Amino acid sequence: MSKNDMIFKFENKPAIYSVGTVAGKKEWEGALPGIYDCHCDDDTFGMPTWEQSESEMQRLALNHALAKLAWDDGKLGLLFAGDLINQCTSSGYGLLDFDVPFLGLFGACSTLAEGLIMTAFTVNAGYVNAAAAVTSSHNCSAERQFRFPVEYGGQRTPTSQWTVTGAGAFIVGRRSLLDIEEKLIEAKNASQSQPSPLFTHVRIAEAMPGRSIECGMNDANNMGAAMAPAAGDTLLRYFTVSGTKPSDYDLIITGDLGYEGHRLTGELLAQKGIHLGNNFADCGLLIYDRERQDMHAGGSGCACSALVMGAYILPKIERGELRNVLFIGTGALMSQMSVQQGLPIPAIAHLVRLIYE
Amino acid sequence: MTENGSRAVIARLFYFCRMSLCAVRLLFYINNSGKANNNSGISFRQVIPIYKKDYKKYAEKTAQKSNVLVCCIKAFLVGGAICTFAQWLYNMFITRLGEENTRLLVPVVLIFLTALTTGLGWFDKLAKHAGGGTLVPITGFANAISSAAIDSKNEGWVLGLGSKIFTIAGPVILYGTLASVIYGVVLYLLKLAGAGGA
Repeated sequence: MSKNDMIFKFENKPAIYSVGTVAGKKEWEGALPGIYDCHCDDDTFGMPTWEQSESEMQRLALNHALAKLAWDDGKLGLLFAGDLINQCTSSGYGLLDFDVPFLGLFGACSTLAEGLIMTAFTVNAGYVNAAAAVTSSHNCSAERQFRFPVEYGGQRTPTSQWTVTGAGAFIVGRRSLLDIEEKLIEAKNASQSQPSPLFTHVRIAEAMPGRSIECGMNDANNMGAAMAPAAGDTLLRYFTVSGTKPSDYDLIITGDLGYEGHRLTGELLAQKGIHLGNNFADCGLLIYDRERQDMHAGGSGCACSALVMGAYILPKIERGELRNVLFIGTGALMSQMSVQQGLPIPAIAHLVRLIYE
Repeated sequence: MTENGSRAVIARLFYFCRMSLCAVRLLFYINNSGKANNNSGISFRQVIPIYKKDYKKYAEKTAQKSNVLVCCIKAFLVGGAICTFAQWLYNMFITRLGEENTRLLVPVVLIFLTALTTGLGWFDKLAKHAGGGTLVPITGFANAISSAAIDSKNEGWVLGLGSKIFTIAGPVILYGTLASVIYGVVLYLLKLAGAGGA
């Protein structure tokens, strides 16, 4: 255990107010059908190229998140956004419409966790009242960049994962700000019959950024196995430093380890005497019906954790069904070049602890 | 050179390309799926002994495997169907057009149909199940070119489509041509040896 193994505690407990989620067709029809804010049946979102579709999804996601709060972009102090496309162009173009200072992130599929950590830092420190973490991924643009042309006829291995088409925007703000706004939220609730899409009880309590880890995996069709040691490393450090055990949490959910990574993480931690039980889940396994949709090892991509966390897990925390959740965003930090050169894939896993309060 | 002669040369080139295509594509496939690189373990993090040196071996050994038998049967059936269809075309053309024309026309029809189905988005749905069945016949080559062309058209006609159309098929063309040159040299030497012997 090195001396920089520390958990960042947010004493002001920044709150996640509002989440906007945009999904593609397969996600909309997946294992969690119809829980997202909007979707598009042909995954183009009315744009001529896949990259522009991805930008459009980010714009829609942040607009949905703002609209739920009845805010305009002037209330946001900072935007943290990232995606998988070269130089994060989807974020750059997608957030053009918003007059908010923008800091780009790259954490591959862990971008959501990284964004939540950054928003929590800035909000907790009091630099801004509210900040947003936005992320997206698109199956077609990712296929084009990392693998083969979209229409190329090839067979996928059983260990390969399907990049999720979607985007998520998470607005994180100061706790006191929520108290002020709560009246507005209540007023909005009263006029609608359905429950508020806003969150008033979800807080970010702690964060533990991950380290770059590689264990020799260089198969780009088995990302889960490349990311499992990183997830295991972060969880092990967290449990050791905090002195807790897996059963202390209602849910321990990883970003996009898929079938392979989920299994390997459990096995790696079991070797260290940490036994993850039934409360250990993975967004990549939850999002699709793997059998029916032929998704092999499950979903991956930035939007995988954004959609599942935003539309499925956070509402559960809001309703008090889950009160103490560890979210571990996992990412494989490779590029097409590094894969072609045969280099092992480094991976990262950022941990965020979400609580009901 | 007569018209028939040039046709014969083109037909032969097609043949060489197809033969070398099989070899190169399969090599490419094996290289990618197997990744026989042994540069694991250069910078294992020793801080926590969770990372066993044989993690990669273990992960690969325990990973879900494709059902080889089912894949082979599917590939055989689809590949066989494509070849039977090509043979049927051959039989139909040869009575009316002669052998030289038929040798050209059969691959042309297959290439056209592949490009069409690729554009309609059907080909990859078949290839997902067929694997080698659609990869090894000339359909695999045509799909590699047409899918790359569709994919890169947004980047412009010259630097997009023009340069990226051969991203997958490029190695096949390069090494196919190389293989045909080597084949020609070997054939020449054999003929020379045969002539010497006689």
